[in-house]
Amino acid sequence: MSTTLHRTPEVLASSTQRTIGILAKRSIRTIRRLPSAFFPALAMPIFNMIVFAGTFFAVTKIPGFPTDRSINWYMPLGIMMGAAFGGVGLGFTAIRDIETGFYDRLRMTPTSRLSLVLGPLAGTLVRIIMVTTIVIVIGIALGARFTGGVLGMLCLYVAALGLATVGAGWGLGLAFRFQDMRGAAVMQLSIFLVMFLSSAQVPLNVMSGWLHSVARVNPATNILRLARAGLVNESSPDYLSWNSVWGGLLAIVVMAGLTLTFAVRSLHRLND
Amino acid sequence: MRRKPADTARQLVALSRRSTVAIFRQPALVGPSMIFPLFFAALGSSAFSRAINLPGFPKVDSYLQFTLAGTVIQGVLFGSVTGAAALATDIQDGFFDRLLAAPTSRTSILFGRLAGSSFFGALQALVFLLALLPFGVVVQAGVVGYASIVVAGFLTAFAVGALMSVVALKTGSAEAVQGTFPVLFILLFLSSAFFPRETMSGVYRRIADVNPISYMVEGQRWLAIDGLSLTAMLQTLAIPTGVAVVTTALALRQLSARLAAR
Repeated sequence: MSTTLHRTPEVLASSTQRTIGILAKRSIRTIRRLPSAFFPALAMPIFNMIVFAGTFFAVTKIPGFPTDRSINWYMPLGIMMGAAFGGVGLGFTAIRDIETGFYDRLRMTPTSRLSLVLGPLAGTLVRIIMVTTIVIVIGIALGARFTGGVLGMLCLYVAALGLATVGAGWGLGLAFRFQDMRGAAVMQLSIFLVMFLSSAQVPLNVMSGWLHSVARVNPATNILRLARAGLVNESSPDYLSWNSVWGGLLAIVVMAGLTLTFAVRSLHRLND
Repeated sequence: MRRKPADTARQLVALSRRSTVAIFRQPALVGPSMIFPLFFAALGSSAFSRAINLPGFPKVDSYLQFTLAGTVIQGVLFGSVTGAAALATDIQDGFFDRLLAAPTSRTSILFGRLAGSSFFGALQALVFLLALLPFGVVVQAGVVGYASIVVAGFLTAFAVGALMSVVALKTGSAEAVQGTFPVLFILLFLSSAFFPRETMSGVYRRIADVNPISYMVEGQRWLAIDGLSLTAMLQTLAIPTGVAVVTTALALRQLSARLAAR
C-alpha cells in the first residue's frame, strides 16, 4: 500500500504559518527559561542611554544641535543599539541550534524553509517591542519628552523593529554560512561598526571630517533620523515630517529585503 | 622550610616571563584592546570636534588632545582583564595546582600572572602615545610626562588586574572574570574619560566626582595639556599606586583563603 502526501498551496501555507507560530513562541519562551540571556539585551540599551546622556550631557549646547535634552538624543540610540544587537542575537541562537542538531531535526520536517527564518524573527520582534517599551518608560522617567507625540513614538518603534529585522537577517545569514561561533564575531563587529559610523553620537551637521563622509552614506544614519524624528525640537529640519522619515523607511525596506534574502539563500545552501 | 629571596625572585621572573609571552601569543586578546580605544579616539575626533569650544572644556587644540588620557585608560582597563582571566584558566586546567605542588612561592604565582598584563598595560600606553603623535597630539610635560603616562599604564593594569584576580581566585572561572568586564566599562563611562566633569550635571556629575578613574584620567590629561606639575604627577602616579595597594591586599587575602580551603 502506498500513501501519497498531497501538499497543496493551502496546506503549505497553513503549515508555514503554524511553524512560524511555534518557532516564535519558542523564541519568546526563552525569556522565561533563560532570563540570563534576555537580561543583557534589556540592560544594554538602558545602560547606553544613561551613560551617553550623562557623559555627553553638554553636547546639546553645540550650536545647531537639534534638541536641548541629551536624553532625547541618546534614548533612541540606546534603543536602536539594543534592536540591532537583539536582531543579530538571533544568529547566536541559530548557531547554537545548528551545533546541538536542533536545526537538522527542523530541516527533516515537511515545512517551508522560509518559516525557519520568519518564526524566530517574529519572536525576536516581540522581544524588541518589550525592550523598547521598557527603555521608553525609563527614558521618560529620566526626562525624555516626545515632541512628536504618539506619531513620534510610533516612528521610534518602526525604526527599532526595522533595524532588528535587518540585524536578524544579517545574523541568521552569517550563522547559516559559518555554522559555528566564528560567525558571531563577524556579526557583532559589523553591527558595531555600522552603528557607530553613523549619526549615533551627534547629528551630521555637528560632526566633521572623515566621519561625516562615512555617516552621510551610511543607511543607519537614515534609520536613526527616523527613530529621533519625534524627539527633536519642532524647529529642527529632522522633526517629524515626510522629508525626515522617508529615507529611514526606505533604508529599512531595502536593507531588510537584502539581509532576509541573504538569510534564506544561506539556509538553502545549508540544506545542500 | 624558608625560601631564599633569590629563589622567590627567580620564580617571579620565570612566571612573569611566561605570563608576558602568553599575552602576546593571543592576538585575539591583544588586538581589540589596542584597536578599539584608537577607533573611539578617531570617532570622537570627528564627532566632538566642535564640543571643545563648550564652556567647561579645557583649552585644547583638538578633541584628540583632550581624549588622549581617556584613550590610554580605556585600553589599559580592557587589556588588564586578560591577566586575571589567564589566572582563572590556570586554576581551571590544573596548572595552578601543579605550581602549588612545586616548591614555588605563593605570592610569585599571583605577581607573576599580574606582571604580564602590567607590562602589556605599559606597552599599550606607549603605543597610544606614539599612534596619536602624527596627529599633533603631544604631551606638553615632555619626556617626564610620556614616561609618567607609560608607568601609569603599568600601575593601572596591575591595580585592575589584582582586582580581577580576586574574582579569578574566588571563582576559578575565566568566564566569571570576563563577566565582570562590563563593570569596568560602566566605571569608565561614569568618569571624565570622554568629557570633562565640568560639563556634566546632577547625579552623573556626583558619581564622576567620586570615581577614582576620573582623577587618574585627569592627572594624565593635565600632563598632556598643561605640562608638568606636582598635582598632575601625583594624580597620574599616586592614585593608581594607592588603588594597586588596596587591590593587591584583597587579592593576597583571596589567595590565602583559596590555599586554606585546599
